[in-house]
Amino acid sequence: MNKLALSDEILMTIDKPARYIGNETNMVVKDTKAVDIRFCMCFPDVYEIGMSHLGIQILYDMFNRREDTYCERVYSPWPDLDKIMREKHIPLFALESQEPIKNFDFLGITLQYEMCYTNVLQILDLSGIPLLAKDRTEDDPFVLGGGPCVYNPEPLADFFDFFYIGEGETVYNQLLDIYKEHKAKGGSRKEYLEKIAEIEGIYVPSFYDVHYKEDGTIESFTKINSHAKEKIKKQVEMKLENTYYPKKPLVPYIRATQDRVVLEIQRGCIRGCRFCQAGMVYRPVRERSMDFLKEYATEMLKATGHEEISLSSLSSSDFSGLQELVYFLIEECNKQKVNISLPSLRIDAFALDVMNKVQDVRKSSLTFAPEAGTQRLRDVINKGLTEESILNGAMQAFNGGWNRVKLYFMLGLPTETEDDIEGIAVLSDRIAREYYTIPKDQRNGKVGITASTSFFVPKPFTPFQWSRMDTAEEYLNKQHFLRSKFNEQLNKKSIKYNWHEAELSVLEGVFARGDRKVAAALMAAYKEGCLFDSWTEFFDNKKWVKAFADTNIDINFYTSRERDEEEVLPWDFIDAGVTKKFLLREYKNAKEEKITPNCKLSCTNCGAMEFGGGICFLPRTEEVNA
Amino acid sequence: MMVRMKFMKTGPVKFIGHLDIMRFFQKAVRRAGLDVEYSQGFNPHQVMSFASPLGVGLTSEGEYLDVSFNSLPEKSVAIKTLNDAMNEFIQVTDMVELNSGAKNAMASVAAADYLVSVKDGYEFLTINEFQEKFNRFLLQENITILKKSKKSEKETDIKPFIYAYAFTDREFFGADNRKKSVAEEYDNGVKIYLRLSSGSVNNLKPELVTEAFCEYAGIPFNEYAFQMHRFELYTQTEDGRYIPLSEVGNEA
Ligand code: SF4
Repeated sequence: MNKLALSDEILMTIDKPARYIGNETNMVVKDTKAVDIRFCMCFPDVYEIGMSHLGIQILYDMFNRREDTYCERVYSPWPDLDKIMREKHIPLFALESQEPIKNFDFLGITLQYEMCYTNVLQILDLSGIPLLAKDRTEDDPFVLGGGPCVYNPEPLADFFDFFYIGEGETVYNQLLDIYKEHKAKGGSRKEYLEKIAEIEGIYVPSFYDVHYKEDGTIESFTKINSHAKEKIKKQVEMKLENTYYPKKPLVPYIRATQDRVVLEIQRGCIRGCRFCQAGMVYRPVRERSMDFLKEYATEMLKATGHEEISLSSLSSSDFSGLQELVYFLIEECNKQKVNISLPSLRIDAFALDVMNKVQDVRKSSLTFAPEAGTQRLRDVINKGLTEESILNGAMQAFNGGWNRVKLYFMLGLPTETEDDIEGIAVLSDRIAREYYTIPKDQRNGKVGITASTSFFVPKPFTPFQWSRMDTAEEYLNKQHFLRSKFNEQLNKKSIKYNWHEAELSVLEGVFARGDRKVAAALMAAYKEGCLFDSWTEFFDNKKWVKAFADTNIDINFYTSRERDEEEVLPWDFIDAGVTKKFLLREYKNAKEEKITPNCKLSCTNCGAMEFGGGICFLPRTEEVNA
Repeated sequence: MMVRMKFMKTGPVKFIGHLDIMRFFQKAVRRAGLDVEYSQGFNPHQVMSFASPLGVGLTSEGEYLDVSFNSLPEKSVAIKTLNDAMNEFIQVTDMVELNSGAKNAMASVAAADYLVSVKDGYEFLTINEFQEKFNRFLLQENITILKKSKKSEKETDIKPFIYAYAFTDREFFGADNRKKSVAEEYDNGVKIYLRLSSGSVNNLKPELVTEAFCEYAGIPFNEYAFQMHRFELYTQTEDGRYIPLSEVGNEA
């Protein structure tokens, strides 16, 4: 066994020492001296969250299949350990070998949400790696980023040596092969970056220069190195049967957020909701084969011993083999005493049958995500869910014994009026009224409706990427207004209203659509002590406000400003498949309240067809519910 | 059938708490594909109970766990199958089938053997000083300590609950019974073997003895300076003998 990096005394004084000792079930053990490449994979949040992330498990498995590479892991040290590591100058280490990350060849950081950016700086800082890429020497690892946030990597451009844009599977082997050759020959850092800048999907930010106009918008974005590409093209794996998928996922000792087997059934989404970045950038839809899914489900349950399995995809109801797969799993799971955690399904006869079979009706709730309170606004966002279908679905479930409903909405969507906001309360109330039409002796007690609102944050590569976002003050006003409307409802006692913090959403908005200039505020906030911002107990808005003030960066410039069609957007250099033309067309359709059919009904020519596969080339079917 | 398993917990796994060890076993039993019994009801779970859960930070080669199986292969095969699904730090070393009506592991515990070692890097007595002082510590008529609970403080004499002690394994276990232990060894060599009362009635933890000794010897007690290791858990027979928990019941 490798000696642990932390002393017994430290491990005994911090919360959950199991976060830092490695040695979990299915951890890969290799001789560090017998490999050519040391890669550390990082999820910049606490262990229990990072360990639940499927993407890391996939890449971990994929890298470690290479004999010449040892891929290890690191997660953000919790503030209690963070403090000790700084005091005692303990360098951040990887869980497997317990060796300092500074000695690795690569540090790969997955960027899943904007509010983990201060944690990224923490990881670099604790590792002893210069925060700014330009300050790194030949002794430092290459710091690379991937994940959904890299569809606008600009706020982090200064901190990363390169980004990988697209699905992790496609070009990593090339990156590593080139590195091995490069290391053997002994080339410089810059030479390596020049070589990989030529690979599709790799973005080396230092090879580009940005000039700004007086009003702060981008004047030009130009490449300054001849090896760099004009446009960075998102990479996708078209044949999902070729993708790596771990048969033996890691199983932590302590309970992770996802303490279960996760089976990815498809990538992408046919729906085209206009607020949803994932639905746009993961196009086109590609389904996994039934044989693959059955085999992997069985093997992963066996290799992990997990008591639960869940399906992962953006919209499971749209998966064509869903019924077959779910019934297969129910049978398998009954044999093995495993629970299935169901994805949220469109409520129909199938869904109710399945829910009856696998869930305790009394405990489980129905979930709907109408996102907006009126049909008008649902048309604006292209959310193909009608009030009629919600009420019908709810009623069927009520008749089956359910009496709890969860509803998810957004506040601050483009074109939103007071009517739309009030509609959230009205719709919630209507569902309750529907319930009480059932005769008293036939219903299952009182109905419980939980309505939650989050604040809309416009994201790159969505039709709303040009949209103005509300200010924190506007958000809070809307929230108050909605609260008062909930209080006016007939069934207000049956409805619970939950809401999110507004300040956090505003910051998320800044980093989602920020340019390179916002890096200064990020750095300042980190120096002020911001860390674990997505955790309410640590989020400190005052420090962030100060950081923006000190660096002279105007939050409203990034959030509450409608962009002009002509404006150069910071992420314009990325080709994500969906074209700007399509997004603009969709933005206009949104304003005209025109809905766009989903990919199964008809193709609206978004641009993703250039990847040469998936749904774009399948015959259209009639029976799909819009 | 109810099966009692004896297992060890060493290395980094000493930092895993008791509830997580339970989850670990549940998953390991599934990975091993053993024919474990599940409770009835909507959320079936494995029927498992631990004897005297070990605190975080302690190592052990004498942990016990009772598990109910529908059927099991032959003992050595069952042990190997399960161990292959675990890791080098948690391994099952023995298994016995319990007679129906046997007391569960937790209720059976009456005594436990420990090794307390001083970790390297901490200021402490030399071996000779320690042994001399420890002998005198135990020669006292009574060893009173202040037992603090949430509600009250109570003076207790712990001397009757220290059943045996020795400075070497030869002395402690007898020359013929010396065990090859997985306990960690330290260069400073200061250590003490203890047999203490254990279980639900008079549970004396080795930490408490160590703390009482430090107070007696006038040295500040640093809880992190000691590594505690458990060797064995005993139950008491009707004629008053202490036998390991694994010696009740039939061979699995
Ligand atoms: S090209 Fe057509 S079918 Fe393919 S993802 Fe775009 S809209 Fe859907």
